[in-house]
Amino acid sequence: MMRLELIKRPQRSMLFSALSPFIAFMLTIVAGAILFALLGVNPLKAFEIYFIEPVSQVWQLHELAIKAAPLILIGVGLSVCYRANIWNIGAEGQFILGGIVGSIIPVLFPQFEGPLVLPLMLLFGMVGGAAYAAIPALLKTRFNTNEILTSLMLVYVAQLFLDWLVRGPWRDPKGFNFPQTIQFNDSAILPELMPASGRANWGFVFALVAAVLVWILMSRMLKGFEVRVLGSSPRAGRFAGFGINRMVFFAFMLSGALAGLAGISEVSGAIGQLQPVISPGYGFTAIIVAFLGRLNPLGIVAAGLVLALTYLGGEAVQSALGISDKVARVFQGMLLFFVLGCDTLIHYRIRLIGFATPKLEAAPKLEEAR
Amino acid sequence: MDITVNILLTIATAATPLLIAAIGELVVERSGVLNLGVEGMMIMGAVGGFGAGYLTGSPWIGLLAAIALGAVFSLLFAVMTLSLATNQVATGLSLTLLGLGLSGMMGTSFVGQPGARLPNLDIPGLTAIPVVGRLLFGQDPIFYISIALTAAVMWFLFKTRTGLTLRSIGDSHTSAHALGIHVIRYRYLAVIFGGACAGLAGGHLSLVYTPQWVENMTAGRGWIALALVVFASWRPWRVLAGAYIFGAVWIGQLHAQAFGIPVPSQLLSSLPYLATIVVLVLISRNKRLTMMNTPASLGQPFVPDR
Repeated sequence: MMRLELIKRPQRSMLFSALSPFIAFMLTIVAGAILFALLGVNPLKAFEIYFIEPVSQVWQLHELAIKAAPLILIGVGLSVCYRANIWNIGAEGQFILGGIVGSIIPVLFPQFEGPLVLPLMLLFGMVGGAAYAAIPALLKTRFNTNEILTSLMLVYVAQLFLDWLVRGPWRDPKGFNFPQTIQFNDSAILPELMPASGRANWGFVFALVAAVLVWILMSRMLKGFEVRVLGSSPRAGRFAGFGINRMVFFAFMLSGALAGLAGISEVSGAIGQLQPVISPGYGFTAIIVAFLGRLNPLGIVAAGLVLALTYLGGEAVQSALGISDKVARVFQGMLLFFVLGCDTLIHYRIRLIGFATPKLEAAPKLEEAR
Repeated sequence: MDITVNILLTIATAATPLLIAAIGELVVERSGVLNLGVEGMMIMGAVGGFGAGYLTGSPWIGLLAAIALGAVFSLLFAVMTLSLATNQVATGLSLTLLGLGLSGMMGTSFVGQPGARLPNLDIPGLTAIPVVGRLLFGQDPIFYISIALTAAVMWFLFKTRTGLTLRSIGDSHTSAHALGIHVIRYRYLAVIFGGACAGLAGGHLSLVYTPQWVENMTAGRGWIALALVVFASWRPWRVLAGAYIFGAVWIGQLHAQAFGIPVPSQLLSSLPYLATIVVLVLISRNKRLTMMNTPASLGQPFVPDR
């Protein structure tokens, strides 16, 4: 049997820490080429359509920013959780609740107009996301439940709740029975950044600001230090007087607020109303973004752009080559796999221990002797 | 009477995939490995089972394909977490994400196609016995596999030496390693067993429960199976009980929707997920008990020293 042996490095390798995402990306490309070949498509042609054509014109860069904004916003929040060793995987649900609570004003009080509307909506969205994220935090701290399972279950509940709202009480009465709310009025629409060249809206700016703020929090402030200590050694954190319960709430509500902000930004920016489905899985893809960005807010900005490109590329190959756009999900999944695998190189050297070669060599000689 | 029997039969059908997936994961977790990829392995089993059944016309080949695909897919997780010592939580999540994407892509051409259904057991004379006949002798083959599997896992874990070894690895991999036990080898086998079970559970969905392919048709059942293992405090017979309680909740909400109870259907649909949360709260409340039952090295990577 061939097997791998891991040899612990004396200290973490800075080289592989920097290289790992790039190696992972290369491996994903190789695996993707095999995948395309299996589907009977010329890989080079497919990659051109997947990775280059979607960003070859200015308006397309705007589309990239629209897709990257929620991924970065959510990913930055999740990075704080994961650094603290707290596993919030329900960002998709917090995104949806942000979208719902943020839409209270434009849906229920459409006559309310003016410059106050948008800031209030964004605030409501953050509160909605943070409150929804507080549920698994409360259950974890109060009843010791596993936050992975509770936060995930709440995603399904949020999706069904949104579905009920737009088909029931919040449905547009003049909407020909379509399951959607009224179109938001102009003062409830997130403005575009440069309307002359494309659709990108202020959501992308929010994402960049959030990334910088969280970066400052994590690298320059005591709270960030607390996150890292409790994440790597809860015991040491307790001796230092850091409260683990407060940390659970802090991490969950911060990431929930950012996911909620992403949700209301998406609804009031790219969509303009509530629909039964408002996210193509941003909350889950953002998990990949967080890891690909090394749980570092600035790395997450880059990773968010890469993952946004996988969404656009998926749409492009679907229309150009007739391949299911699920190929984007496959790319995203492979990318996370390879990143996690390459991260092993940061802490370990890998040695291959080959087959039982001496025996294999001995066997033919015996044959010859006979 | 007939209605009662029918309801009991549908509950068994809803409980079977949960039971099989959870029993598999129980063995994995007893060996100290936390595989959050159940949902992904299950959906791969569902698409593989449907696809093989649809293309060959034989649901039995579909059944084998579901098991095989689940096992092969879990091998990916095993190589990553056991040979490369990656973070088990993150790797399991990525297995689920990859499985959902891959199955969606593989299943594009299966959408809307009629599938092959595994036939129910029919023993002349016995199945026709009123009431108990259909419950005991008239169900789908995977139902019987699930019950046998539960009994076999109970026997294996608590009555065999290998089972004892497996549990000891889950409680302290360092001690087991020091005793000369091949920790990694045991864990590989456990993870692959869990994958085969998850694949079989997925196959049940697309070959028995609703013999067709629908994207994301597992609908969170893999995650509920994970919750069942916690609920059962890692004991097989409690998994059996839990799976049937959840099967009943699942069927109950469907019947309530069919009866037109004046409650939004979405609220009823969310009941299984809410019930999972409630059950987790009830069972985890006692911190000391949970800590006592949880395999002590669950989720921790192990790198054998030389």
